[in-house]
Amino acid sequence: MIHAEKLTRHFRVKKEIVEAVRGIDIDVAEGELLAFLGPNGAGKSTTLRMLTSLLPPTSGTATVAGVSVVDDPAGVRKRIGYIGQGNGAGHYYRVLDELLMQGRFYGMSKAEARQRAGELLETLDLRDLAKRAVMTLSGGQRRRLDIAMGLMHQPRLLFLDEPSTGMDPQNRANLWEHIVRMRQQHGTTIVLTTHYLEEADSMAERVVVIDHGQIIADDTPANLKAKLAGDRIMFTVPARDVEKAERLLADHGNLLQRAGVTNDRIRVSARVENGPEVLPVLVRAADAAGLAVLAAQLHQPTLDDVFLNLTGRSLREGGESR
Amino acid sequence: MSTVVTDTRAVFAREMTLVMRDPFSLAFSIVQPLVFLALFGPLLGATVGSEAFGGESSLQWFLPGVIVMLSMFGTTMTGSNLQIEMNTGSYERVLATPLSRSSLLAGRALKEFAPLVVQAVLLTVVTVPFGFDLYPVHVLAGLVLLGVFGIGVGALSYSLALVTRKNEWVFWMVQQSLLFPLLILSGIMLPLESAPGWMKTASSFNPLTYVVEAERTLFGGTFVDRDVAYGALAAALTCVAGVAIGIRTIRRSTS
Repeated sequence: MIHAEKLTRHFRVKKEIVEAVRGIDIDVAEGELLAFLGPNGAGKSTTLRMLTSLLPPTSGTATVAGVSVVDDPAGVRKRIGYIGQGNGAGHYYRVLDELLMQGRFYGMSKAEARQRAGELLETLDLRDLAKRAVMTLSGGQRRRLDIAMGLMHQPRLLFLDEPSTGMDPQNRANLWEHIVRMRQQHGTTIVLTTHYLEEADSMAERVVVIDHGQIIADDTPANLKAKLAGDRIMFTVPARDVEKAERLLADHGNLLQRAGVTNDRIRVSARVENGPEVLPVLVRAADAAGLAVLAAQLHQPTLDDVFLNLTGRSLREGGESR
Repeated sequence: MSTVVTDTRAVFAREMTLVMRDPFSLAFSIVQPLVFLALFGPLLGATVGSEAFGGESSLQWFLPGVIVMLSMFGTTMTGSNLQIEMNTGSYERVLATPLSRSSLLAGRALKEFAPLVVQAVLLTVVTVPFGFDLYPVHVLAGLVLLGVFGIGVGALSYSLALVTRKNEWVFWMVQQSLLFPLLILSGIMLPLESAPGWMKTASSFNPLTYVVEAERTLFGGTFVDRDVAYGALAAALTCVAGVAIGIRTIRRSTS
């Protein structure tokens, strides 16, 4: 569905060249649900804009839905759906008018557009709003209208740029319900960008981590977490038992740095495989060895740990990704 | 070519939806020029005297100018309406559709031009009892010529809005500081016959001068004339240049 090679984009900002995207290679098969994950400014949206032909690449090539973004941008646009970061419907327009217009822009007949708009209003819970002006809708309703507009011409490949930014958790869940249902019904290939870790983790089947305009990891969320972060077990023990505890942990995994909790209590930790099963084994072994474990914790990795291990930075530092 | 026409009609139709949904403002904007003509027309005839108009009635001279002026007011606003859509995501959404770029320019420019067609018809009909000689076919041809010119002007206004998208006031500054000199230096408001030499020279570089002259000739009932040919050429060149610049600006605009 997508094949991109060495996709690169530079911007000129005040006489300086900023390399927003630096040589991205990616292949996306039909039916995949893929998320580009990365901090703000990592190059996710720029990549998406190149793949949707909205932005010509500085160098490199991409074939999207069988068409080259460089040679036939209009051909690409005909074959894909794109839902941008902003609200796509004009403020002063009525909901139904904008849907019908969108159909017309994609060359649908009037009857076809009417029928399709009716279906979408129904599935996206917008039926009662058909005659309302877009500016009177709530944020969640507008986002659903964006989805409806992106789906008018039934694209086989849909791009979503930060689909749930600024939405409350309930609306976000609701939005995803619609996206997942649509995918089940039509087998649509979906490519989205997000800086929400939980969203990428729970919804995407494949996560492509982007930082500084490059792909730094590309796998399923589970594999990323297992390979690039791993489970961590932490024991809090009396200061006198530290060495004994570390010896025990080292037998079952890779020992990590100790941390003082108070003067007489110290926390030791180790990275282990399959933490949930190793934890009780370790606790029993400690007991048998006469080691007093005051507290035991198991930390299972998030995609943030993956990002932290890859870059030394947390994705949460921006604050926005909470 | 047929896609450009279909696409232009689609873009035009979307723009017109809002106009048609608000008939009151439309009616108001259409009647307004009548007031202008009623107040300014007699004043002009009395002040300048009919010699300046080559013996014609001042109305015959002035009306085509008013129509061209209205078309300039309308089409130079093309970019302003775009600004609103750029601030939300709706401009980007339209960009992401397969619509051809030239139709985005033409469709939006023609929306600003459309009310003028109604206005022009109204103005010419209303002025007939006051001594305006109406040549319907010529007036129609004049409007087509003006429409071609308007697409070019609208496309330039569109490009200006794209270039100034980060500072909206720059759009207004440029639009205003270009519009009035262009209007005055085309002899729309007052004849340039008695103008100083430098003004005449400046006006000879103004495409609008040729368009206004062509309109006056056409409204006066003459088709085959050097002025009409020059006006048509000026309109066509403005249209081609405006659309070319517009397409280039759309392609190069990065955000």
